[in-house]
Amino acid sequence: MARSVTQQRKIINTAAAWAVGLLIFFPILWTILTSFKTEAQAISDPPVFLAFDWTLENYSVVMERSNYMRFLWNSVIIAGGSTLLGILIAIPAAWSMAFVPSKRTKDILLWMLSTKMLPAVGVLYPIYLIFIKMGLLDTRIALVIVLMLINLPIIVWMLYTYFKEIPGEILEAARMDGASLRDEVLYVLTPMAIPGIASTILLNVILAWNEAFWTLNLTAAKAAPLTAFIASYSSPEGLFYAKLSAASTMAIAPILILGWFSQKQLVSGLTFGAVK
Amino acid sequence: MSLKTALCAATALTVMGTTAAIAETITIATVNNGDMIRMQGLTDDFTAKTGHEVEWVTLEENVLRQRVTTDISAKGGSFDIMTIGMYETPIWAKNGWLVSLDDLPAEYDVDDILPAMRGGLSYEGTLYAAPFYGESSMIMYRTDLMEAAGMEMPDAPTWDFVAEAARAMTDKDNEIYGICLRGKAGWGENMAFLTATANAFGARWFDEDWKPQFDSEAWSNTLNFYIDLMNDAGPPGASNNGFNENLSLFQQGKCGMWIDATVAASFVTNPNDSTVADKVGFALAPDTGLGKRSNWLWAWALAIPAGTQKEAAAKEFIQWATSKEYIELVAENEGWANVPPGARTSLYENENYKEVPFAQMTLDSILSADPNNPTVDPVPYVGVQFAAIPEFAGIANQVGQEFSSALAGQQTADEALAKAQALTTDEMEAAGY
Amino acid sequence: MATQHSRSAARIMMAPAVILLLGWMLVPLIMTLFFSFKKYLPLRGGDLGWVGFENYVRFVTSSSFWPSVLTTLVIVGGVLLITVILGVLLAILLNQPMWGQGMVRILVIAPFFVMPTVSALVWKNMFMDPVNGLFAHLWKFFGASPVEWLTQVPMTSIIVIVSWQWLPFATLILLTAIQSLDGEQLEASEMDGAPPLARFAFITLPHLGRAITVVVLIQTIFLLSIFAEIFVTTQGAFGTRTLTYLIYQRVLESQNVGLGSAGGVYAIILANIVAIFLMRIVGKNLDA
Repeated sequence: MARSVTQQRKIINTAAAWAVGLLIFFPILWTILTSFKTEAQAISDPPVFLAFDWTLENYSVVMERSNYMRFLWNSVIIAGGSTLLGILIAIPAAWSMAFVPSKRTKDILLWMLSTKMLPAVGVLYPIYLIFIKMGLLDTRIALVIVLMLINLPIIVWMLYTYFKEIPGEILEAARMDGASLRDEVLYVLTPMAIPGIASTILLNVILAWNEAFWTLNLTAAKAAPLTAFIASYSSPEGLFYAKLSAASTMAIAPILILGWFSQKQLVSGLTFGAVK
Repeated sequence: MSLKTALCAATALTVMGTTAAIAETITIATVNNGDMIRMQGLTDDFTAKTGHEVEWVTLEENVLRQRVTTDISAKGGSFDIMTIGMYETPIWAKNGWLVSLDDLPAEYDVDDILPAMRGGLSYEGTLYAAPFYGESSMIMYRTDLMEAAGMEMPDAPTWDFVAEAARAMTDKDNEIYGICLRGKAGWGENMAFLTATANAFGARWFDEDWKPQFDSEAWSNTLNFYIDLMNDAGPPGASNNGFNENLSLFQQGKCGMWIDATVAASFVTNPNDSTVADKVGFALAPDTGLGKRSNWLWAWALAIPAGTQKEAAAKEFIQWATSKEYIELVAENEGWANVPPGARTSLYENENYKEVPFAQMTLDSILSADPNNPTVDPVPYVGVQFAAIPEFAGIANQVGQEFSSALAGQQTADEALAKAQALTTDEMEAAGY
Repeated sequence: MATQHSRSAARIMMAPAVILLLGWMLVPLIMTLFFSFKKYLPLRGGDLGWVGFENYVRFVTSSSFWPSVLTTLVIVGGVLLITVILGVLLAILLNQPMWGQGMVRILVIAPFFVMPTVSALVWKNMFMDPVNGLFAHLWKFFGASPVEWLTQVPMTSIIVIVSWQWLPFATLILLTAIQSLDGEQLEASEMDGAPPLARFAFITLPHLGRAITVVVLIQTIFLLSIFAEIFVTTQGAFGTRTLTYLIYQRVLESQNVGLGSAGGVYAIILANIVAIFLMRIVGKNLDA
């Protein structure tokens, strides 16, 4: 009796959850579907869902028009580079905050987070002038640095919360055994924190991948990532829903696939370690 | 090899380098309009002829403006050629930011550029940007719907006629809207249309002392007329419709009339994209009998920012892209209806082009716009649908938002005008007028 | 001894991050302050001299200032409210036993991977367009006249778009928190005959306090500076001009760097007010 009730509940739950899940996913699904339609089918009334002539034409038009691979590669370098650089700088900081906390630790953490609230537009001009002076305009290095700085507070905070959960006794034991500070961080702490670090990396790659203000304004041709690629397909003359969808799909597909394959890490990453 | 021969060889190399053109890679910022995308597709022809490679930065119009303006005012040097319009050219040239184009070779035939275009892209008589294509605005209308309404479109209609026809054609149950006009906020969107329309109603942006004129009766007439007409005969959501949205509506057969850029003529008559390709007629933009019509004048042009290291190669590109040969190249590949219009006189003398249905009306529209004398009453500014002062874009964007929300019914036309007057006065004071 | 040693080591290890962020904050801040006291018009020859507090006065007395602050707060508040409430409900639903939980979770988190520009474009064109949008078709199917989303209810539309992007984030954090909830405690209360609503109010919700705090904190940081969604959809028209967008208009559309910089300083002040407010609540909650 009880069994059949739970079975029944499970069916209802499953149906409800799938319905909600599909609803949330629908805009993406619709974009992907539209990318395989012709322009006429994309705006047909009533809309068609699956029964249309699937075509790859939009993708070939987009590939022909833009050097997709270069945009993609720039995105990979910029998102990956800024995250790795950020991690390298953040690990020592997070370590010291977690294991040698002082009265100010919390203040410093919150201050770091508050630097993220500065409106980017307001400082575009000053930053632009600085980057011209340094000859960094339209270079991937510039974007790696900027995005690293933008995401550093989040990286430090995430790592801090992970490190805090590592029991201090282990470190003390290592210290007793004569491990130097460097060894301690490198051989004891880091391996234990790998899952946390992995999550941090993932989340920040996503944030960097999707950053659309600096990546657009500090690049021209050489370092432009996928955000600039999209800017060349939004609102051209005429409504080209199918081509826009194809370009959109191409811009989000790599990160979507990465996210899906690593969703376990990501899920724990998204919790910022603040909840168990 | 002795030192001497090595030196000789080195000298020979430098001599060669300076005489023969060095193959360069130039970076061009451009807008993602159809004609520019076609140009990108034909870049190989340029590379084959000159050896220079081209890197394209193609951006949506608003992003493009933001990018190139930041770059040129900060002297960033990211681009060797920028795609700009009639609004930017005189302002930037005045600041000394552009390389003058007065030394183009004879075979380029600079005198062939339409005088209106050349005038709008010059500063103090010197050409600073070469028109890639030029446009005015005109009426595009559905011949079948006009006939069904029992009316006949004259070549040069009045606004009263247009309004009457629009109301007669409207059949909202069947999603036929008599008139589609721009409503989306922006100085290049609804304000381009409304400023040009205001000219026909005898309104102006500023008087000769740079005092904003939105409190005038002429502006009130303009805006009220426009909003009433759109409420009666316009499509839903008109306050978010710009060029693209209206183009799409017209191509789907949902608009009776559409007053917009002349370049749209080739899109609405293209049977691949348009369901009404064979039912489109053209007429001059309407007037109210005061002597000015509601058509604007615009050109997308290529300009070289001062300070680029690759000036020579950039000039070669401009000569290629805005030449008569380029027009022929496009005609060969895509047909005469798809060549970039509105830039050169010779195009309109070409027998092949005369067969294009909208060619003559486009030329007439362009010729009837006068940027130096745009309004009924005298004004201190140059420009038909804009005033060529640096503050204009910012002000007109905000005014455009007020007008757009009046169209959406969130405020009355007179409230919008009062706000427009206040904010324009404010901004002009801030700029020190 | 050891503590002394590790304390100084700690300082050294913290130094790079702190110095970098200090630089990232101070250099632009000082330059913004510098420009904010100048009449700086790039299109009129650049630096036109010092003007004292003129830019500050002009920015704050402009008729668009207070509405823009309000708009900012409404968007942030609206999105927070929607994502937290729906996030809690969704987390509870996803925590129930079901088939294909992993797959559903993938579907739910997907919007988080989509670039803001792309999601705004997709929503604006393919869903909210009053003629060709999917919503318009849906409304017509039921015999209603289509809503002009971005003109009639522009704030709601933008809040919907942004909420869609951030709902996955809220849901996942809350889901993880719920999963750690002591099942026995719930069962015990169920035995005691506590109705589901009471169980939710007295056991589940308090347990989620910390997770909700994290959601609110992180989202506020990102939401205060949203830009792409507005740039793509309404360009600030119909009362959707946030403070960030107003600054954008001053700096890039009007090309008035001085005035925009003064606006930047106000935005920093607003961010700090919100931050202090948040830290008061959040700081406590995070320690717990």
